[in-house]
Amino acid sequence: MRTIVTRFAFLALALMLVISACSPAAPAATEPPAVSTAPAEPYVFGLLMVGPYNDHGYSQAHYEAGKYVEEKIGAKMVYIDKVNTADRPGTTPDQLAGDLVAQGAKLVIFSSDDMKDAATAFAKANPNIYVIMGSGDQVWKEAPNYEAIPNLSDIMGRMEYGKMIAGCAAALTTQTGQIGYLGPLINDETRRLAASAYLGAKHCWVAEGKNPADLKFKVTWVGFWFNIPGFTADPTQIVDDFFNSGYDVVMSGIDTTEAMVEAGKFAAEGKTVWAVPYDYEGACEVSPKICLGVPYFNWKPMYLEAITAASQGTFTSSFQWRGPDWSDLNNPDTTSVGFLKGEGLSAENSTKIDAFIADLAGGLNLWTGPIKLQDGSVYLADGVVATDPQVWFLPQLLEGMEGQSAAE
Amino acid sequence: MKHTTLNRIGFQFLALLLAFGIASLVLLAVGASPAQIYKDMFGSLGTKGKIADVLVSWAPLLLATAGLLITFAAGLWNIGVEGQITFGAIGTTLVLRLLQNSAMNAGFIIALSIFAGMLAGALWAALAGALKTFGGVNEIFGGLGLNFVATALTIYLVFGPWKRPGTGSMSGTQPFPEQFNLPLFEGLRLSPWALIVAVVGIVFVSFLLQGTYFGLRLKAVGKNFRAAYLLGIPTWQYMMFSFLLCGALSGAAGALQVTAVYHRLIPSISSGYGYLGLMVAMLVNYQAIAAIPVAFFFAALNIGSIQLPIVHKLDSSFSGVLQGLLVLFILLAEGARQRLTPKA
Repeated sequence: MRTIVTRFAFLALALMLVISACSPAAPAATEPPAVSTAPAEPYVFGLLMVGPYNDHGYSQAHYEAGKYVEEKIGAKMVYIDKVNTADRPGTTPDQLAGDLVAQGAKLVIFSSDDMKDAATAFAKANPNIYVIMGSGDQVWKEAPNYEAIPNLSDIMGRMEYGKMIAGCAAALTTQTGQIGYLGPLINDETRRLAASAYLGAKHCWVAEGKNPADLKFKVTWVGFWFNIPGFTADPTQIVDDFFNSGYDVVMSGIDTTEAMVEAGKFAAEGKTVWAVPYDYEGACEVSPKICLGVPYFNWKPMYLEAITAASQGTFTSSFQWRGPDWSDLNNPDTTSVGFLKGEGLSAENSTKIDAFIADLAGGLNLWTGPIKLQDGSVYLADGVVATDPQVWFLPQLLEGMEGQSAAE
Repeated sequence: MKHTTLNRIGFQFLALLLAFGIASLVLLAVGASPAQIYKDMFGSLGTKGKIADVLVSWAPLLLATAGLLITFAAGLWNIGVEGQITFGAIGTTLVLRLLQNSAMNAGFIIALSIFAGMLAGALWAALAGALKTFGGVNEIFGGLGLNFVATALTIYLVFGPWKRPGTGSMSGTQPFPEQFNLPLFEGLRLSPWALIVAVVGIVFVSFLLQGTYFGLRLKAVGKNFRAAYLLGIPTWQYMMFSFLLCGALSGAAGALQVTAVYHRLIPSISSGYGYLGLMVAMLVNYQAIAAIPVAFFFAALNIGSIQLPIVHKLDSSFSGVLQGLLVLFILLAEGARQRLTPKA
């Protein structure tokens, strides 16, 4: 009994000592009282990222958009990264969102698809906090699981265009006619983006006078947005396998830069390979020479709009799926998705990419029938243009693509 | 007697000082202010919602610890506790999946699923026990192996037969409909049922170890296996039974993770509570009731450490450093005390 008492007493005592030693430092006592001339408190918003904030990929694109908003309207961002159950065991995104609210956040961005259920739960439980669901579709009236959540907005860029341009660059560059696509997990979003890359690749391949049947396009899935050792397949291994089996261009669909890193290594060994990163404007910097270009999300304008509205009390729930600014794909203030060419893209192919971009800007829609699904069934009849829900909720990969359409 | 108590207090105080001191040095080395960090970590826990979040982790952690105290008493290092939590979660998910469309009362289905989780945890522990008892495989290695198998099985289920329709993602199975979630306190993430299950578990273990002949004999097995055998205690049966009980309690922890926290099966469903439970069990030795505050303290460190990345841009794994240092120094201090204190 003695040991119980002493051990317990001391752990408790230690805790109390620590708290009491620190609590007198409460800032309120020392701060001067607020005066009317003091600048208004900055509007605080929170950001939850699924991966590290400096991943050179998806999460960093959100982080930098947050920084942009801070600069533009003098708001203050509080954030937490690596919001996933492997990196932060025992936590849930809505719980972490609560932590950001405790830091003063009046709006919280749930930036990854992985947090969708939690974003819905959080928004409903906290009706006075605004929620932005990056890549989500809960409040889209066309979505099968539509729900009216007045304090939640879905925001997404039309990355389909970025992926088409990237796929075109890959098809123009490949010498073996084999393109590998490093897929993250399998869902509506990742299927439609892999398919868009394929459509872009096929379009430019055919435009070169080649037979579409000769273009090999294979998707291998990792199982999550990035590598979690012990839980997902290893993206490094997948990229190596691609390069070792005749694929000379690997397009990344995951949040992190393994495709770039491995392509850089293979190129340093004298192999002729290229890679197309994803998500983040600066992703080519990892291995510039073999980079064909990066399709990236530019969350800045949509975040600025939503957060400004929230700070002024004019936030309204909406589903936003915005395309590029065709007049300037890389204008940070206006475009929602961009494409930045890489050093690996030849001058000749660069010209062709420009022409392709001009075609897209002029109304070329690759999501036009005839398009068949992977199982051979007709998805879009000849001449039929896909509706937004048909693109968003693509049920399978397309005919001509190798790889799983759903988990087995 | 009084002298011994004072002596013990002195050594444990020293251990705490050392643990916090070295943790502070680690913080100083990365350029942070230890005082500010401790203040933010513990100061953040001052709200009702935060205390509830701590209790959300506390319940499964306490159950895992309760189970481990039984295997500790039998002299076993049941490192397989992680896998037992995971397998318990699998058992619970299985029953919920099978019965979610049935006409049975949802509350009854939840109860049944928790029971199934306990059964599954016990089964997984029995494997480690059988490997130890009949195969001569040390329970540390057997348990570690079975942990990997349990995780692999979860990943297989999440990506395979139990996948969300049309997807393939590590983020887990389709969440169960709301009626299969354990009810929560209004406005909190905490379920009263989780607290009840955890408290019943630890009180049961405390009674078993302190108040029963079974507990006494189990400790005899743990202290001296051969002597216990010679005294006529059915030693291997006792060991197996301790595995089963530990598995059932860890399985209950897994069941709570599914029914009260995540409402679905995720690959990292055990949340590391098994390994953390090992530390708590080491600290409290046989004193089951002491696990209640110690597990709370460890859970509070975990929840409080979320402030580190948010406020200080530091990694939250600092809580693990502090937990590890505490265990290390308290055990060291106890060893030092026994060596340095002159025998009466």
